[in-house]
Amino acid sequence: MSNNSFTPTPKHFVAPLEETPLVAIDAVNVGERPSNLWIDAWRDMRRRPMFWISAVIILLVIVVALFPTLFTSVPPNDNCQLSNSNGGPTSDHLLGFTKQGCDVFSRLVHGTSTSLSVGIIVTILTTVLGILFGAFAGFYGGWLDSILSRAGDIFFSIPYILAAVVIMSVFSAYRNVFIISLAIGIFAWPATARVLRAEILRVKNSDYVMAARATGVTNFRILVRHVLPNSIAPVIVVTTISLGAAIVAEATLSFLGVGLPNSTMSWGNDISAAQVDLRTAPQTLIYPSLALSITVLAFIMMGEVIRDALDPKARAQR
Amino acid sequence: MSDPTTQNVKPLLEIKDLQVGFQTTGGIVPAVRGVDLTLMPGQTLAIVGESGSGKSTTAHAIINLLPGPGRITGGSITFDGKELIGLGSKQMESIRGREIGFVPQDPMSNLNPVWSIGFQVEETIRANGIASGRKNVRAHAIQVLKEAGLQDADKRLKQFPHQFSGGMRQRVLIGIGLSSRPKLLIADEPTSALDVTVQRRILDHLETLTRDIGTAVLFITHDLGLAAERAEQLVVMYKGKIVEAGPSKEILENPVHPYTQRLVAAAPSLASRRIQSATHATATHALSDLEYAPTKVTEGVDLIAAAEERVEKAPAVKRPDAIVVRDLTKVYKIRGQGKGSSGEVIASDKVNFSVEKGTTTALVGESGSGKSTVAKMILRLEDPTSGSILIDGTDVAPLKGKALLDLRRRMQPVFQDPYGSLDPLRNIGNTISEPLQVHKVGDRTARKERVFELLDQVSLPKSLITRYPNELSGGQRQRVAIARALALKPDVVVLDEAVSALDVLVQAQILKLLADLQAELELTYLFITHDLAVVRVIADNVCVMQQGKIVEAATTDQVFDSPQEQYTKELLNAIPGAGITLGV
Amino acid sequence: MAGYILRRLLQAIPVLLGTTFLIYFMVFAMPGDPLLALFGDKTPNPALLERLRQEYHLDQPFIVQYFLYLGGIFRGDFGTSFSGEAVSDILARTFPVTIRLAIMALIIEFVGGVLIGLVSGLRKGKLFDASALVVSLIFISLPIFVIAFVAQYIFGIQLGWARTTVSTGAPIQDLILPAFVLASISFAQLIRLTRASVIETQGLDFVRTAYGKGLSRRRIIPVHILRNSLIPVVTYAATDFGVLLVGATVTEGIFNVPGVGRTLYQAIIRGEGPTVVSFVTVMVLIYLAVNLVVDLLYGLLDPRIRYVK
Repeated sequence: MSNNSFTPTPKHFVAPLEETPLVAIDAVNVGERPSNLWIDAWRDMRRRPMFWISAVIILLVIVVALFPTLFTSVPPNDNCQLSNSNGGPTSDHLLGFTKQGCDVFSRLVHGTSTSLSVGIIVTILTTVLGILFGAFAGFYGGWLDSILSRAGDIFFSIPYILAAVVIMSVFSAYRNVFIISLAIGIFAWPATARVLRAEILRVKNSDYVMAARATGVTNFRILVRHVLPNSIAPVIVVTTISLGAAIVAEATLSFLGVGLPNSTMSWGNDISAAQVDLRTAPQTLIYPSLALSITVLAFIMMGEVIRDALDPKARAQR
Repeated sequence: MSDPTTQNVKPLLEIKDLQVGFQTTGGIVPAVRGVDLTLMPGQTLAIVGESGSGKSTTAHAIINLLPGPGRITGGSITFDGKELIGLGSKQMESIRGREIGFVPQDPMSNLNPVWSIGFQVEETIRANGIASGRKNVRAHAIQVLKEAGLQDADKRLKQFPHQFSGGMRQRVLIGIGLSSRPKLLIADEPTSALDVTVQRRILDHLETLTRDIGTAVLFITHDLGLAAERAEQLVVMYKGKIVEAGPSKEILENPVHPYTQRLVAAAPSLASRRIQSATHATATHALSDLEYAPTKVTEGVDLIAAAEERVEKAPAVKRPDAIVVRDLTKVYKIRGQGKGSSGEVIASDKVNFSVEKGTTTALVGESGSGKSTVAKMILRLEDPTSGSILIDGTDVAPLKGKALLDLRRRMQPVFQDPYGSLDPLRNIGNTISEPLQVHKVGDRTARKERVFELLDQVSLPKSLITRYPNELSGGQRQRVAIARALALKPDVVVLDEAVSALDVLVQAQILKLLADLQAELELTYLFITHDLAVVRVIADNVCVMQQGKIVEAATTDQVFDSPQEQYTKELLNAIPGAGITLGV
Repeated sequence: MAGYILRRLLQAIPVLLGTTFLIYFMVFAMPGDPLLALFGDKTPNPALLERLRQEYHLDQPFIVQYFLYLGGIFRGDFGTSFSGEAVSDILARTFPVTIRLAIMALIIEFVGGVLIGLVSGLRKGKLFDASALVVSLIFISLPIFVIAFVAQYIFGIQLGWARTTVSTGAPIQDLILPAFVLASISFAQLIRLTRASVIETQGLDFVRTAYGKGLSRRRIIPVHILRNSLIPVVTYAATDFGVLLVGATVTEGIFNVPGVGRTLYQAIIRGEGPTVVSFVTVMVLIYLAVNLVVDLLYGLLDPRIRYVK
């Protein structure tokens, strides 16, 4: 920033007004339709093929789980004939037979509800616990936060499948869908709680929360009306993905033999039963694995789509 | 803009018809549309504009630092005889840092937090071949930092950015930018993130350094006063185009383009300087005696006229105090990270002041001065450690339940961040009517009527009632925040940096709106700000805060005319535009 | 730094107490006879039951039991297995194998995951990135045992490149396939996380300033982009170590790797409840230790944590 004596004096240039027309200062310029985070996210999602693919798969899985008989008329466990053991596909039994000579496809269809139920119950459990712990810890802070967060740390420090293995070992006499969901969910919630807590810490210091407080809105109402709705987005992402993870957890436990009893039809049990015949009859292993993986993939893809749609930063980067 | 008389001296930088666009899913959105400018060696040129004017984009295009989707779509940039557009990345690397230095805007985010300061200076020195060998590079790094004004540079080399204050970090960045004695320095709003007094010191230092080295400076800023003070040449940009360019003094004295006229009329720094020189010309040194013919401004706000109007409308009679603050003290206990490092921070130290009903008192201070803490205590968002607050004569400290709710009804805040002050998930109608709901005012239809009335008062269309904040600009959001604050017909409005984040034209508009509302509704304002220039046009009284204490309190005229404290003088000096004489 | 380490160590104590208590509580505070419950539908012989009852101090009140058990852990006494061998002895035998497998898996997932993630992030939206994203999605959706079986089937049975089960002594070449399988779970997550982190870091102001300083892209990528992107990746890797432990249990079980995981796997399969509890406790302790180490490492990676003002 200097004054050089040799610098010639530049001319005073003014652009013609017709080339640089003025616009009213701060004119209100809104689109035709209202838009906010959720509306925008929905508009964004429905443009993406990945959303529709995963939505269709998820819907199909739900329908199969609710009405298995619509998809197969073959009963899954009756008429199993050992003569068909590990048999290949026939025209009536497209995916072949299990070691017990049962129809693979029928077992797949009838096992769907087990996997899905576990997924849903675990997700409800982790979401409710996660929101309770995360919201109170994050919003009220102080000693309540210390206690709730330490509790979360402790639960988080035991990998939830290992914890479920122990619980299922103790409850070996009562293995059912509800108990296994409980065993998985009771140690899986801290992830949700942490995500929500971090988000609430961010939101609760915003000026609109302060403005609401200055108006006299009660703490609880601020939490419910302003803070939770604005911090729930990442929880939805975690929830969607964890539904897939819960289905995997059930299958893993069943695979390890501490999941559901063999009498309950589930993909995990079928995979577990088929592993010994990997060499001779890979199809009995591959089809349930495929069903499991595609379902999980659908939930994870859905989570990804929601994450992208809800995160304006990610959207701006595209 | 080139001049025929420059044959013997070649321009250092010559930009011709520069076009820059941003690639989006909907095609290329132009950001810079045909910019021409010429910078001679050793000269300083400032590009002035609001956000979105394309000023930073132009600067970044020169050394190809455009963000991902940014593309130069046309024109030419000649630097020192070389064409820069289309240069290979290797050649561009050898120009960046070595021949063209760069000082970024925000010192907080422009140093890598995981590397020490020394490392980041040394890598620059190595990359630009200024020195080699560990010892030489280190010695050079110390020299660079010393030059930039870090006295104990050798000791601080090993420290990390988070251990430096904002001002110190910016000194480091300036040191890095000038380390290889470049012919040109691009300074992109180098001090807008800093406190005003620090800002001034750093700009002075930068000026001395570049003059000594003989570096030409391309200075990007939104502040017309600052630009005129620091650069001999001005380029005013608006929506990607240059609307006016030429010698700074000439443009300020005689702005021709209506946009430049708007800017000149709305810049608080210029307005406060003008008022100051004008009041000095009158015998009484008071704004009310000022005879000022407003510049003809096409649909913009003339701050001086607005200020004058405000003073005229104000009633002359002395009125009772709306707010009285006595010995207000707030001590924060900080829990130590680790053992035995816990301590106390006195955010507010025996603060005393009062605000007369229907007037505006400004609480001025830099970051950490405690001004916002005082505001929060008055709003009962924080509890004072000791001292008392009286609103209309009632002590607010013991109020609870219904009584507290009634107090809240009489006193409302407007906060700084226009993007954070509205709940993004609630529509404008619900946002404005929330206070009405909480205080159970009227029924649904009555509340809706009131919301319409309020939108009208802040000059926003009724149709916004079903819209969401993300559809509005910063200024419009701030209007909504004002409407929400007015919903319960309060007596007192606490404005916490309510206009600081806005572009100057919008800022002037909001200031005018606030003044009009005050006259209409007899509101009492407590105006919290770091910007003394704004204070000049909006406030009746000023309290200057420093480190939790009020160091000076007087009427605005007194503070500006005869500041008593050294700190107040420093703040006043820090208002840009001191060096320029302006016609009234 | 010393203060940071001390603080971390102190913080680990309540978590250590809490987790062990929780495990003990889950097993022994249940109504009925916990030992019988642990054996499920099996009927253990009375002599074994009596021995276990002594070992777990089941004649004492619950809280006393817990502290006696905790004391045992501190002395390195994790009880005895079904065969009567001390758990600590089994650990001494199997731990080195698991460590070898885990290190191989960690190297594979870190080198592969971070490299692919870095390239993906730098070439966002290009073909490489798109394919990496699809592949990583598929890997994330596949349960570890499915990956293990598919790998066993393709590389072991069809192609014959590797042994489907590991021979005694667990030589490195036999561990390659299991290590890849074990790595595959976190591998995909690491790709995605590194990619996201690289994309975010790339857009930060200091990277632009680094270009402005005249640094070359070849220097900026490792020194400024990758270095900063690693911070969240390392944090993730620590919390994800739990998945690796479960994965090791399944992988070692399927490939018959004579490590800690297989011991747990076999105990689970055979319904040997008390042994399961012992080994789960061991694994949780390993998990805690790894997390502590990573926390300390985190202090090295991020000076903002190391030097608290």
